[in-house]
Amino acid sequence: MSFSSKQKLAAAGVAVALALSPSAARAHLVTTGLGPVYDGIGHFMLSLDDVLPVIALALFAGLRGPAPGRHALFTLPLAWLAGGMTGLLAGNPPVFPITSFSFLVLGGLVAADLSLPSVVVTLLTILLGLMHGFLNGAAFRQAGSDALLELLGVMATLFVLVALFAALVLSLRRPWTRIVVRVAGSWIAATGLLLLGWSLHKTG
Amino acid sequence: MKPARYLPRKLTLPAIAAAFVALSQTAHAHIEKGEVGGFASGFKHPWSGADHIVAMLAVGIWGAQLGAPAIWLLPVAFPMVMAMGGFMGLVGIPLPGVEIGIALSALLLGAMVCGEVRPKLAVAVVLVGIFGLFHGHAHGTELPPGQSGLLYSLGFVIATGTLHAVGISLGLVHHWRAGKLALRGAGAVISVMGAVFLWQALR
Repeated sequence: MSFSSKQKLAAAGVAVALALSPSAARAHLVTTGLGPVYDGIGHFMLSLDDVLPVIALALFAGLRGPAPGRHALFTLPLAWLAGGMTGLLAGNPPVFPITSFSFLVLGGLVAADLSLPSVVVTLLTILLGLMHGFLNGAAFRQAGSDALLELLGVMATLFVLVALFAALVLSLRRPWTRIVVRVAGSWIAATGLLLLGWSLHKTG
Repeated sequence: MKPARYLPRKLTLPAIAAAFVALSQTAHAHIEKGEVGGFASGFKHPWSGADHIVAMLAVGIWGAQLGAPAIWLLPVAFPMVMAMGGFMGLVGIPLPGVEIGIALSALLLGAMVCGEVRPKLAVAVVLVGIFGLFHGHAHGTELPPGQSGLLYSLGFVIATGTLHAVGISLGLVHHWRAGKLALRGAGAVISVMGAVFLWQALR
């Protein structure tokens, strides 16, 4: 069973629209009533500052081919867990605007469709997982919730998101469809740049 | 091979609409007014002035007239350059003559569309990029206080990209003789509007 490029892009568009739809909610900890694993999933999916960099990474890994996509599938959740554990132990999140830089760097890489070796993509994946996992862990610690199970929920979501988006990009064959992916990357990078300006504007 | 469909075509849109309705219930449980206002006001901002709208449309139309690779290079590059202008505006880096630059963008980009001018790709990208800085800077200095930075920025970028997409879609009529003439006419209208904006900025 196969799908045309238009159908795949329409599916991606709907996925992004759905991701934006509940974004009206804040990125605070979510209580689903279904237990800590689902709370972790809910928290992650309602945190656009985590979701969009992960999507950007998955798009970039997909643009680079099957191997980086496969590596990201496993390294990102594990790095996220390691970062989350560190955040749980260390406590307060850093003041440095990590999210802005994640948007800017990963979105910029997608927009430029930069040809990087697989090992560099894997290093970027680990870095993203450690940094954002740390922020997650620190947030869970402050909330005093069942952090390990919540992190488990986040890891499962990461696995699914990376699988979906990297596979989507890998399946694109027509040149213009890759351009659409690059445009999405440029939008993420532009958002990161504005976000950075915003954080400097607020602190300045 | 004919692509498989899980849903009949007639049911696709209702299914998407149902998904949105179902999801909005979840989101409402956590809504905070400032955040919703952030995305909505960010999305509305690029549509807030005719000078911005016509210039964005002209970028898309001109890209379509120029064809590949400009048709895809401009939409990839423009949001980032515009965001750079927004960044400058946000952190307080001054850019002289912003309103004049915005008016000139409509005037000159309209003229490019009207004359179907085909400069070298680098010249087109630099020209559009410089004008993008002015537009972004104006938006950056006009940010409303108390909004969510992430959602506002997302809304702003998506709206800008949408305007480009509308321009590119309009520009696709370039393939027909009558369409070419219509686009050149539209370019002339945009150029005249730019002249009016310039007059207002200099007054």
